[in-house]
Amino acid sequence: MMLGYYLDLALRAFRRSRALSALMVLGLGLGIGACMTTLSVYHVLSGDPIPGKSERLFNVQLDAGGLVGFQVGQDPTHQLTRFDAEALLRDKRAPRQVMMSGGRVSVRPETGKAFFTTGRYTSADFFTMFEAPFAHGSGWNAEADAAAARVIVISHELNERLFGGGNNVGKTLTIRGMEMQIQGVLKPWRPTPHFYDLTLGHYAKPEDVYIPFATAIPARFQVSGDQNCWGEAPGGDSRGPNAPCAWVQYWVELASAADAPAFRDYLKQYSEAQRKAGRFQRPANARLRPVMDWLAHKNVLPGDIKLQVWLAFGFLLVCLTNAVGLLLAKCLRRSGEIGVRRALGASRSAIFAQFLVEAGVLGVAGGLLGLVLAWLGLWLVRLGPNDYASLATMDWEMLGLTLSLAFGASLVAGLLPAWKAASVTPALQLKTQ
Amino acid sequence: MDLMPILSTLRRHKTAALLIVFEIALTCTIVCNALHLISRRITTLNTDIGIPESELLVVDLRGANKVENADAATQRDLAALRALPGIKAALVINQVPYHDNNNYSGVSLSNDEKAPRIDTSQYEATEGMIKALDLKLVEGRDFEPQEMLNDSQFTGGGEGPAIPAIIITRTLAERLFPGQSAVGKQVYVYGDKPQTVVGVLERLSPPSPSRHAGDGNLAMILPLRPAWNTGNYLLRVEPGQRDAMLKKIVATLEPLDSNRVVTTQRHLSDMRNDYYRQDRMMAWLLGGVCLALLVITALGIIGLASFWVQQRTRMIGTRRALGATRHQILRYFQAENFLLSSAGIVLGIGGALGLSAVLMRNAEIAALPWSYLPAGALMLYLLGQLAVLAPARRAAALPPVAALRGQ
Repeated sequence: MMLGYYLDLALRAFRRSRALSALMVLGLGLGIGACMTTLSVYHVLSGDPIPGKSERLFNVQLDAGGLVGFQVGQDPTHQLTRFDAEALLRDKRAPRQVMMSGGRVSVRPETGKAFFTTGRYTSADFFTMFEAPFAHGSGWNAEADAAAARVIVISHELNERLFGGGNNVGKTLTIRGMEMQIQGVLKPWRPTPHFYDLTLGHYAKPEDVYIPFATAIPARFQVSGDQNCWGEAPGGDSRGPNAPCAWVQYWVELASAADAPAFRDYLKQYSEAQRKAGRFQRPANARLRPVMDWLAHKNVLPGDIKLQVWLAFGFLLVCLTNAVGLLLAKCLRRSGEIGVRRALGASRSAIFAQFLVEAGVLGVAGGLLGLVLAWLGLWLVRLGPNDYASLATMDWEMLGLTLSLAFGASLVAGLLPAWKAASVTPALQLKTQ
Repeated sequence: MDLMPILSTLRRHKTAALLIVFEIALTCTIVCNALHLISRRITTLNTDIGIPESELLVVDLRGANKVENADAATQRDLAALRALPGIKAALVINQVPYHDNNNYSGVSLSNDEKAPRIDTSQYEATEGMIKALDLKLVEGRDFEPQEMLNDSQFTGGGEGPAIPAIIITRTLAERLFPGQSAVGKQVYVYGDKPQTVVGVLERLSPPSPSRHAGDGNLAMILPLRPAWNTGNYLLRVEPGQRDAMLKKIVATLEPLDSNRVVTTQRHLSDMRNDYYRQDRMMAWLLGGVCLALLVITALGIIGLASFWVQQRTRMIGTRRALGATRHQILRYFQAENFLLSSAGIVLGIGGALGLSAVLMRNAEIAALPWSYLPAGALMLYLLGQLAVLAPARRAAALPPVAALRGQ
């Protein structure tokens, strides 16, 4: 194998035309850096937030809306009314189910000033369903829901902020004027996107305080997120048990994806029954979407991200074209050298291999530079204002992809110049010398 | 200048020439579209929504415990704020421009449930909103004091008192009553009792202006007074004293009720900056990519031209020996670049239109205005000429004797 010799030749060639080589490496590096930065962000933002389970977790939609502005076949309201959510939860037709909403809650520690943070009002299955990891304690059970117990689970961040960490299960906090007991403390947890409730920002951080829905809502805790009403709420309370307002997220976990049709039938039956009872006015139109379908349906990935990926690849294409042109010039400048080598017995394939090695070396150098630039790019993204900013990091998968992309791209770029070099006619070159 | 010799020389460097043409075409394609995207973003973030942003402050309070008697507390707060020297106006408003809270309601010409409705941004504020925000009434009048209701009394129709009056924007008026005066007409927002249009505003933007670019000014004001816990305090002060006033305002509000916490205290112009941050970042990013593309393309041209100059040393020397001036040699390389650029630009214009079509279909971006094409072309011609200048001058500087020395 002549690889060592070719590498040596490549290094000599670089030393001879430093500026040109540096230019090619810089161009490749910039193109690859841009691609990797945007791809990393794309990779994080378009990922599966709960792998291994996402095809068994379903968002439930029912069409409880009024007839005003109704069009056949349109998508149902994306959340449920409290009435329907409570009815489905009571029915317990899936192995696990959860109804919930988000809001801001005031937290008053035993000493110090009250402050506001994010809260989630949810039912017992939340933690197992969404695989929220516990550091200490546990979630609450269905009995606690039924009794509207004053129990809470807090996030790792809140635990750090309030207590500086540690096992604080059993301590109490005053949440919106109510004393509540800490039953569990989570480990750091950041499902991306914030798929179980997209109304609070697609890449929002998980909430700090988890409170039973049955405790928080009757006590009129403040609720954030979308609310869609189509009629008059009794007593003007749009969060009341019978308000014609959709504002509750509802998810079910099935034993397998194959159970979905049966559950969909159940939702249809439920809708029909509600229609007969006069509550639903629209024809039955229930939807059951697994996590990834739900994310696609809600257009979670920002359009700017896709545009950035395309832009980066366009940029890389220009950089590659540029590298091919320069590499070609560089090879042809050495036609004399090639002629001599050919005349001395080097085969066409040997010349081809030599120049391909040279292109490969350039590629590796460009890839390493691209890697550094991608780190820099991701750092810049992290400084940015988006709710996903802190998620922009590079993982091993992206690291490997960076290097192979750089190497592959530069080999492709090297093919043409190497082929041109290999087809140099030895005799002609010797003559012109 | 005779182009034939240039063409025949280029024919001997077909691959390299084609690569440069392709690079110029790609750059032209991307840069034209990117410049268009940048200008759209800049238009978005310079949109003026017609209110005195630099004089407005937003303060929001939240209660740590359950709220009692919010309406009375609001009146007490407003009285205390209005008594502060330097406050030009103080009100509570249900939604604030550039804030993430949006209230919408359908407006209809009949109370039939199936009647078509126009989704409209709904403002509610204590008295004085029109004056405080410098809104211009093109027709009709502001609300009368007896028309104002407390939001808490109003439960959405049947049970509570009816809302007697409404003020709408000209855009909404034209949609509801094309070609007629809207003042005195009746519309239905809630329930079965109509509201009479008493005033028409020149314009009023929904809180998220960029998300409603199409029908930017579909908005209305209802004579409903929010309470401190269902809205934000909006205060107008002299622009120079904003920071000092913000401190005074917070210091005035907090002692009035220890149960409440100030959660937002900001200048509206800062909220505007935040609101457009993503657009601004994207504009910078696109600008950076354009610049990088142009630099890379220029470097590519310089690299190849240098190589050609080196290769053609013998030819240049011969021409100089036969009497060609330095100027003619320079012109030769410039003309060569002009030819390559032209080919690239023609392809690039086609590419730009193609990419624009793809963006229109997939990203819902408006068509590329034709004016970007000559601008992009001119830019690339200039870039090419500048890039080729250094190698061409080096070529022109070669003495005739270079031909004899050969390569």
